[in-house]
Amino acid sequence: MHFVVCIKQVPDSAQIRVHPVTNTIMRQGVPTIINPYDLFSLEEALRLRDKVGGAVTVLTMGPPMAADSLRKALTIGADRAVLLTDRFFAGSDTLATTYALAQAIRKIGETFGKPDIVFAGKQTIDGDTAQVGPGIAKRLDLLQLTYVSALTEIDQENRTITLERRSEGGTQVLKSQLPCMITMLEGSNVVRRGKIDDALRAARAEIVTWSAKDAGIEDLTLCGLRGSPTVVKRVFAPQARAEKAALVEIAATPAETADAFIEAIFAKAPTLEADMAKLASGF
Amino acid sequence: MIDEKFDAIVIGAGMAGNAAAFTMASRGLKVLQLERGEYPGSKNVQGGILYADMLEKIIPEFRNEAPLERRLIEQRFWFMTDKAHTGMHYRNDDFNEEKPNRYTIIRSQFDRWFARQAQEKGAILLCETTAIELIRDAYGKVVGVRTDRSGGPIHADVVVLAEGVNGLLGTRSELRPRPVASQVALAVKEMHFLPTEVIEQRFNIKGDEGAVIEAAGTISNGMTGMGFIYTNKESISVGIGCLVSDFAENETSPSQLLDAFKKHPSVAPLIAGSEVKEYAAHLIPEGGYKAIPQLFGDGWVICGDAGQLNNAVHREGSNLAMTSGRIAGEAIFQLKSRREPTTAANLALYKKMLEESFVLKDLKKYKDMPELLHTQAQNLFLTYPQLVSKAMENFVRVDGKPKIDKEKDTVSRFRKARGTFGLIGDAFRLARAWR
Repeated sequence: MHFVVCIKQVPDSAQIRVHPVTNTIMRQGVPTIINPYDLFSLEEALRLRDKVGGAVTVLTMGPPMAADSLRKALTIGADRAVLLTDRFFAGSDTLATTYALAQAIRKIGETFGKPDIVFAGKQTIDGDTAQVGPGIAKRLDLLQLTYVSALTEIDQENRTITLERRSEGGTQVLKSQLPCMITMLEGSNVVRRGKIDDALRAARAEIVTWSAKDAGIEDLTLCGLRGSPTVVKRVFAPQARAEKAALVEIAATPAETADAFIEAIFAKAPTLEADMAKLASGF
Repeated sequence: MIDEKFDAIVIGAGMAGNAAAFTMASRGLKVLQLERGEYPGSKNVQGGILYADMLEKIIPEFRNEAPLERRLIEQRFWFMTDKAHTGMHYRNDDFNEEKPNRYTIIRSQFDRWFARQAQEKGAILLCETTAIELIRDAYGKVVGVRTDRSGGPIHADVVVLAEGVNGLLGTRSELRPRPVASQVALAVKEMHFLPTEVIEQRFNIKGDEGAVIEAAGTISNGMTGMGFIYTNKESISVGIGCLVSDFAENETSPSQLLDAFKKHPSVAPLIAGSEVKEYAAHLIPEGGYKAIPQLFGDGWVICGDAGQLNNAVHREGSNLAMTSGRIAGEAIFQLKSRREPTTAANLALYKKMLEESFVLKDLKKYKDMPELLHTQAQNLFLTYPQLVSKAMENFVRVDGKPKIDKEKDTVSRFRKARGTFGLIGDAFRLARAWR
């Protein structure tokens, strides 16, 4: 069977800083990682491959340096990597991204065999839209299974998959026809550490690199900034809600320190005592 | 089981490992390099200074591409007391005119670049991969390694251990002893970020010029140690290091020393208003010539910090690492091209070539120095700096006292502190260790 996993290279949000004046994200010098949500889907695809055989192809759209993330996915154990990179893709919103990725998945199907399951991360940590997976499913007319917490059974003969999906108020057990599109829920598995053989193979692997033309994308007006109706009007940092903190000196005894605290709190909120009395009288 | 066999496996992608990998890969050998960190340099802490000559011998045109911070035009030595410093500045632009001799670098960037050069020559680099065990054949010859990834082992004719001061693989495999506390220094460092213009003003430099301050004296609390200040493009590295055994004996923490160093009236204005974005700590091998372990054996060689190849007196380490890596690579290539096996007897060539190079010649010259610095720490780092400072004060201060009295005061202070024979003895000991 053939599994395609869509991944995205994102800035490591743990190390990101917001510019104090312009409020924009300072990307410079921030290390990049594979979007953590994508790793749950990658691991699930690898487990399926190990169980039923076949191949896992990882796909990403991004600048040439996104190849680093693909190579990392190969180190983890993927069999093949495709990088979709072209200046025409710059500035894509989710609509344009899903258009380009869907075309690339079609091309992967023609080149390496039709995928049985397309995986994507639930969402990314930089865009947080959770639209790309479902968007690809819609464009490729695939059955759409989001928030999947476990794959329980795959029936190759009847081409069905049984899985658990987290929903409001419980877990749904669903059976779906293949091909389908799956986004995995975080925490549903733990991504493996690639074998030394995989690491060696990944270090030497040639990453399939496609331009828009290579991927068979003809209508460039649907790509990049031109194909993106979403407009970012403003980026801003939320106002800090907390008042400025006050420091209370440590007194000679703990009791005195506590008194100093209480005094400081009531001094800041003169109506607090009355409010509390009112609240207490209600009981 | 991996069928493929490599000519050499290099453990580590620091200065020694990259030099070895580059040297062998560029001569057509099949090289695998294993790095524990996420990327080369990600675990590195060095200040740091790059000595151009040694890199030039490996990559002659490195100045065009390598990520270099500043070329050094000024070196300052500070002899410090709690309130003052007596300094010596050497500034010379001519010295650098054609080809600068020393640069400041940031290792996390530089090591990545250096490793990429080896990769471009065909070396295969696996990051986030730790070698945990040496594989030996029935005769005890090292024939490969096992890593912390499942699968393997990976086989090679020779394993180059360039794994740094801790040398976990070499120690675990009993190729070298565990470094002892009196043979390693612990250095702590902070990166202070400041606008380029501010750095240039404060250090009297411009463009890509840089300055270095190295400081010793009461800042190390009577322990064997040294402080340093390096200028990068947009940051200043400030750090201090002392022998681990001294830290333990004195129950002093490195951060206390660094805090005091940063607050010193000579240092504080240089870093005022900066933002600290990184802090780090690392061990430095300082045992000198006498602490060097066996550097080669059946199917293995040791390079760089892992072999204690570090010149504490001249504060040189990375260049010895680089050179030992290059020489190991050249020796292995010689054996391979003559189709000779990588036995201990043949790999002795590496040690012989090291002995003929500055690496072991320099370390041999200062073989008694670590002991002297250690046993005389109180005198060298506390007594003398204070005496020198007082002598300078006597010389400089104009207060109407007759000069002859001041000179007498200076001389009597020296005599009182160390005694006439003590002074002669100190001079003799220092001269003998230096020679």
